[in-house]
Amino acid sequence: MDNAIVATHPHTHETAVAAEHEHIVLPQHRHHFETQEQQREAATFGMWLFLLTEIMFFGGLFFAYLLYRNWYHDAFVVSSNQLSIPLGAANTAILISSGFFMALGVWAAEVKKQGLLVLFLVLTTFFGVAFLGIKAVEYHEKWEKHHIPGAHFDVSEFINPQAYGLKEKPLAPDMAQKTQVFFFLYFAMTGMHAFHMILGIGLLFWLTWRANRGEFSSGYVAPIENFGLYWHFVDIVWLFLFPLLYLINRHPGS
Amino acid sequence: MSEFHDPSNVINPEHADHHIITPVTYGIVFATLLVFTGITVGAAYVDLGIFNPVVALAIASFKAVVVILFFMHVKYQSNLIKLTVAAGFFTFLVLITMTMSDYISRAWGLW
Repeated sequence: MDNAIVATHPHTHETAVAAEHEHIVLPQHRHHFETQEQQREAATFGMWLFLLTEIMFFGGLFFAYLLYRNWYHDAFVVSSNQLSIPLGAANTAILISSGFFMALGVWAAEVKKQGLLVLFLVLTTFFGVAFLGIKAVEYHEKWEKHHIPGAHFDVSEFINPQAYGLKEKPLAPDMAQKTQVFFFLYFAMTGMHAFHMILGIGLLFWLTWRANRGEFSSGYVAPIENFGLYWHFVDIVWLFLFPLLYLINRHPGS
Repeated sequence: MSEFHDPSNVINPEHADHHIITPVTYGIVFATLLVFTGITVGAAYVDLGIFNPVVALAIASFKAVVVILFFMHVKYQSNLIKLTVAAGFFTFLVLITMTMSDYISRAWGLW
């Protein structure tokens, strides 16, 4: 077989001293990244780009609220006063606690404490579920009062507030119909927020399971860190929803 | 950027630095957020006229910035990440301003 064509590889350092070029593939340092730091920054960058699209998504809802609150101010004032400040404030504190434990979870992953990481993820989940529970109580009250926009919406509390023991100014029937716009935005905004939390809680179960197997306590922090970014972003949305929906309309003159 | 192969980013070392925020810092941030939640609830019961929404939004923005800087680690990130975050919020403000000026300039509130 003298005429066989033999592919020849150039003899390089890589083939001569193979041991020096052995690939150790770590999840925090995959082969297409030059350093762990580069991989980590790339992941953080990607996560933030996703969060920017989320800002735009929620931003549209916030803009709608800004516009309609100015147009139908009287209707927005009385319908906002239907929401419970104690429940909203409790939920804010609960969500901040959830975010605090998430931040501690990232720390536990960084310092490679597996038990603490699992504990903090469980606490994050617990406070997230508590938030949704209070939200469900609030939604249920709106359901019972027929304050969900649509064919069965009931404006009587807004046309004749005195009959219901409310100190609000009565609204003319056409303006009273605009309370549906407030409740539509209330359900759209808190509903999309709650949907993000439900997704997040699903991811938390998955991450807790993996953390419990020790996947994030030997230097591979990125999934915990980037989920933390998502969870804190959802917190921030609520930090704006709470004052806008619950707080700023308490004084009809404003 | 460089003719050298530089896997450890000796030439551009900014993202090589990795900072671990301590639980003490997180605790201080947590307490700050709770205190300001209390303040914003209290302020809602005081009649400040048109400043009620202004104060509420200022406090919410402050809390959001604290969350972004510390819980989301942006204070300790590279300039690339900082610029990305800032660009996002800036673009959001541009969108709000342009959409609002469109609505303001035609048939305001006549629907």
